Amino acid sequence: MTDIVRGRGLRKRYGKLEVLKGVDFEVPAGSVLCIIGPSGSGKSTLLSCVNHLEKLDGGRLWVQGKLVGYREKSGKLYELREREVARNRRGIGMVFQQFNLFPHMTALGNIVEAPIRVRKLPEREATTRATELLARVGLADKHGSYPGQLSGGQQQRVAIARALAMDPTLMLFDEPTSALDPELVGEVLAVMKDLASSGMSMIVVTHELGFAREVGDHLLFMDDGLVVEQGPPREVLADPRHDRTKAFLSKVL
Amino acid sequence: MSATTEEVAASEGTDDIVAVRHPLRWVATGAVLVVVAILAHGLVTNRAFEWDVVARYIVSREIVLGVLRTLELTVVAMAIGVGLGTAIALMRLSPNPLLRGISWVYTWFFRSIPVLVQLLFWFNFAALYKSVSLGIPFGPELLTAEANSLITPMTAALLGLGLSQAAYTAEVIRAGIAAVDPGQTRAAKALGMSNALVFRRIVLPQAMRLIIPPVGNEVISMVKNTALVSVVALAELLYSAQLIYSRTYETIPLLVVASLWYLLIVSVLSFGQELIERHYAHD
Repeated sequence: MTDIVRGRGLRKRYGKLEVLKGVDFEVPAGSVLCIIGPSGSGKSTLLSCVNHLEKLDGGRLWVQGKLVGYREKSGKLYELREREVARNRRGIGMVFQQFNLFPHMTALGNIVEAPIRVRKLPEREATTRATELLARVGLADKHGSYPGQLSGGQQQRVAIARALAMDPTLMLFDEPTSALDPELVGEVLAVMKDLASSGMSMIVVTHELGFAREVGDHLLFMDDGLVVEQGPPREVLADPRHDRTKAFLSKVL
Repeated sequence: MSATTEEVAASEGTDDIVAVRHPLRWVATGAVLVVVAILAHGLVTNRAFEWDVVARYIVSREIVLGVLRTLELTVVAMAIGVGLGTAIALMRLSPNPLLRGISWVYTWFFRSIPVLVQLLFWFNFAALYKSVSLGIPFGPELLTAEANSLITPMTAALLGLGLSQAAYTAEVIRAGIAAVDPGQTRAAKALGMSNALVFRRIVLPQAMRLIIPPVGNEVISMVKNTALVSVVALAELLYSAQLIYSRTYETIPLLVVASLWYLLIVSVLSFGQELIERHYAHD
């Protein structure tokens, strides 16, 4: 099985604060990688590096065999132009903790925006596809609603549909249920579960250990900018080897 | 067990509630009414107001032309202010340090010098530079114009009002853009949108609702600032009134004429401003 994402020696700092201190990881195509860890451990930063919303300070990251954000020539990394970075992002969908739907557009408008403006799809085709996606996330009747009129769970499902509208080969989820009321978490996880079973490659930063156990193919536990422990989710969650993993899990469970 | 009368009254909500009384409000209202009556009496009986002269000039040709000139100045100077202000705001937010620097210096310069001084400078531009030319720097000139013919009172007025307005509008626009949640930009970029597309489709429409109400306020201020232009002998509303009273010595009634027009224009604009603010507050 080939890897859709591979990272080697990833480093990132904000001023003096080192948030990634040399992280290695990979995501085999069609699999689900879950990343857990305390806040400030660098897991969200790592996710943002995958589509170059954050720039790496060291290491190399490949998505589908292509270096992210840089071109390598005779041992040096040359930063890509904004236009090329934007083109490479099209194949990577991202879902945010705060949903980040565009508040001045309807649910349908949010979904068709990038397909029409970026992929230059005809409006009719984009609308048909968006309607299908809304139905897939269980919101067929909400196409005319503005984000402000939707519950958090509904907004997050629209956000997932919006990301899927670009036909990504990889989906990134940044704590997708952390901002939701407890009773709305299930509906979002159900959509993600459905997506995973359709064979989508996914990286999920999450605090939902049940989801990680059930849906994840691989689990990373991060702390203080490093991968402390990794393996099949059931094993790591049931029988953690490192003290820091044990301490974290005892607090979360 | 039978209910007491209090319980019946409470359950039926029939209690008589006596609200707090404000006797002093009535006293104060009376005092204000007296002051208003004195002022009104003065307006009518003080012959120096010369209301017949006011009536004669209020819609006279010279005054109406002045009103139109004031409106023209307001519209064109605001257009310069918003157009240039947008460019300066974008430069301020640019990652390019040169553009950021230019924008900072522009805002600093044009906000520091009083508009009245700027107007006088532009009006006397010919004393500073005899001619303005377009050409290759330090090389041959392609187009040359005499400063005296280029800087009319109208161009001096528009430059003075428009350039300083741009500095203020730029700040309003910059603040509006900066107030849009950065998560919006991240989400749009994650969808593969270019910076230009993110700005035009996602950030600007959301910034507009923050930008439009204060810019409406600036329009109202601009109407009043146009009166400064009277110092460069441009016949807007105030200068038109001054031209008349310098001939007839009917100073007070003509100042009343000008004031009535400013009141009317600003009242209409304030009403429009209220509609705009209500529109943007509501969704």
